[in-house]
Amino acid sequence: MNELSQAFSTALTLLVGLDSGLLEIVGLSLRVSGTALLLASVVGLPIGAALAVYRFRGRGAAVVALNALMGLPPVVVGLLVYLVLSREGPLASLALLFTPSAMVIAQFVLITPIVAALSRQVVADLWSEYEEQLRSLGATPGRALPTLLWDGRHSLLTTVLAGFGRAVAEVGAVIIVGGNIAHVTRVMTTAIQLETRKGDLALALALGIVLLFLSLLINAGVSLLTRATERRA
Amino acid sequence: MTAGASILPLVARGLVYQVGGDRLLGPIDFELEGSGRTIVLGPNGAGKSLLLRLAHGLLAPSSGTLEWRTSDAAELRRRQAMVFDRAVLLRRSARANVEYALALHGSRGAERRARAAHVLERTGLARIGDRAARALSAGEQQRLALARAWALRPEVLFLDEPTASLDPAAARRVEELIVEIGSSGTAIVMTTHDLALARRIGDEVLFLHLGLLKERAPAADFFAAPGTPEAQAFQRGELTW
Repeated sequence: MNELSQAFSTALTLLVGLDSGLLEIVGLSLRVSGTALLLASVVGLPIGAALAVYRFRGRGAAVVALNALMGLPPVVVGLLVYLVLSREGPLASLALLFTPSAMVIAQFVLITPIVAALSRQVVADLWSEYEEQLRSLGATPGRALPTLLWDGRHSLLTTVLAGFGRAVAEVGAVIIVGGNIAHVTRVMTTAIQLETRKGDLALALALGIVLLFLSLLINAGVSLLTRATERRA
Repeated sequence: MTAGASILPLVARGLVYQVGGDRLLGPIDFELEGSGRTIVLGPNGAGKSLLLRLAHGLLAPSSGTLEWRTSDAAELRRRQAMVFDRAVLLRRSARANVEYALALHGSRGAERRARAAHVLERTGLARIGDRAARALSAGEQQRLALARAWALRPEVLFLDEPTASLDPAAARRVEELIVEIGSSGTAIVMTTHDLALARRIGDEVLFLHLGLLKERAPAADFFAAPGTPEAQAFQRGELTW
């Protein structure tokens, strides 16, 4: 118990003192997960919206596959990305293994299905409400997509947030393709794992607190943003 | 109304709509010739809304034909509009809703803004043009839906129970607006259960029962002397299904 309170006290000192090592790890985590999220949103949102609106042969199977991919085990994703980027892999020449870029790729693979699948449901609900009116106004499905994404923006923001939560809290994939190299690929989750194993609970706790705080901050921000935009439109 | 050759008449021949083995409408034959206000009457389940959706192109007939004067799909889409019983408004301001519809019809920049401002003014919505469309009252929402459709200068405007969910005052304002739109040269085809409304504004009545067109007559004749037992029962309030 004494050790735990000692760890808490040291963790708070690290946080309040804005420890440079702590900030470096937090900063890299945000850069990696933020970039992965941005790319996953650019790819996943249109895919989800298109699956909601277009009718084509195999659509049902595509939806089932997408939903299944939401549960991709991070270590399997890490392994696959590792194989692709390793010396024997097809993208070996890019020399991305054990770099933040490899971690971005792994998280992108992991969260794109989440963003796509959840946004498909949001857009499908909206499409069932809008379809007749938009078709009556002369909107083709292609023209309807940006309208649906815009009008569903509040719900989609929550979807994107779910993707970020999955990315920033994930450890299995980034540790395989990033290697948890100090000052290079060490992010919050891999650092927590390492420090806990080493018995340095203070840094692990500090990072854990940051992770929880981030989650709260993002949720509060989205909530405020949603309320503000709902008032305007 | 848009200038240029008319898309009317609309001619239906042997029009049938069915789902699975259930025939919900038809066979129906009719011809819609020109301007004026055509009221589609009938009890619940008569097929009124189906007929409007088929005519507007939102549904495809199971058999039979529905032909306009032109077969140019883009032209047909441009020259007709529809307002539903519950206004479907986008999550943006009232003005942006109108401008969105105009943008889909190719209207740009200052012309689009001017047209939107004009119809909002004509429909009494100018002062609330910047408010969120979905925050408006039901009556204002329905007038906005009408304004959005009117902005497109349709030659034919389909209205599916436009006053069904409104209180008497809001329904009255919507009715006035429908009359004004009709007076501007747009042909109105409207479904309603409201016999008083149909009597007040209808030029012609199509009476449907159980998916079949039972009677077609000038509104004055239909209300003075309905020609079928079903229409007579409907007017007495005895035909509910």
